[in-house]
Amino acid sequence: MENITPQLYALLVFMIVGSIVAIETRNLLSAVISVAAVGFALSVAFLFLGAPDIAITQLVVEVLVLIILIRGTILLDNTAVESHRDTLAVVTSLIFFGLVLGFGAMIFGGRGFPEFGEPLMRVSRVYVHTGLPATYCANIVSSVILDFRAYDTMGEATVLFTSILGALALLRKDGKRKEEEVVAA
Amino acid sequence: MNGMTLIVKTITDFVVGFIIVFGTYIVLYGHLTPGGGFAGGVIIACAFILLMLAHGKDVAFSKMPEKTAHILDSAGALMFLLIGWFGVTVGFFFMNTFGRGEAFRLLSSGMILPLNIAIAFKVGSSLFLVFSALAVFRRRSFRAMIEDELA
Repeated sequence: MENITPQLYALLVFMIVGSIVAIETRNLLSAVISVAAVGFALSVAFLFLGAPDIAITQLVVEVLVLIILIRGTILLDNTAVESHRDTLAVVTSLIFFGLVLGFGAMIFGGRGFPEFGEPLMRVSRVYVHTGLPATYCANIVSSVILDFRAYDTMGEATVLFTSILGALALLRKDGKRKEEEVVAA
Repeated sequence: MNGMTLIVKTITDFVVGFIIVFGTYIVLYGHLTPGGGFAGGVIIACAFILLMLAHGKDVAFSKMPEKTAHILDSAGALMFLLIGWFGVTVGFFFMNTFGRGEAFRLLSSGMILPLNIAIAFKVGSSLFLVFSALAVFRRRSFRAMIEDELA
């Protein structure tokens, strides 16, 4: 396997720059497009890392979210945001960044980072070795999420179901009430 | 929402069928090649969303009525649960009791193929519903708000 670290670093720099642009820009549409650029770079990074399953899902979801967000921002009249820097928000994010760095140093400080491509969890080895004989499923990702961990996937489906039920109920009520008011008037 | 220009509408009519076929392929071959129920379901939802963007909501709802999308959404979740409970009849929850078949064949790996199909129904219809909720319902309420202000 050839060395892919330079490509990954280039993608990482691109994603960080894109995120900063998305936060700092004044125009909402530009922010949405910067977020989408970060997502597409992430999908390319997954391809480099040899995870085509995740790359496809990331790409497809990114396209859908981009359509929905652009649709949402175009409907607004004023897409420029005037934000003043909140001191509390800056201080809180700095504290959390420091906490993350501190915990990282606590955990990895003594023994150093694991080698690139060397997972921390040993359980994946079992899945890789018994995936094909136990399930006869050629795609190891499918065999993990739908056989070994199907219970987790059911929880995921339940979360999606409930959240969409809630979102539809909220949006629907608004639309219906407005319609009734118009009719009554 | 009357849709976009004639060029966009014509290209959409050409492309939508192929997108749905590709999404179905991603779903059905999820246990053999990269992909699966989630990605394939989103691709199929994208086909209907393209229809809605290009032709407007009336054409899209005539192809995939809101009620059908609701029923498919619930049916996908229920199908997932039923396949899980089917394992209880033999052993434990989500036990892979269906015939495993031969590896690298389409009909193999037991319950993974039906689970992929269930997830595709669920994800596809629910994402289509979310888009229609954001695009149609909100637009209607926006117009009502503007009319209220003008009145």
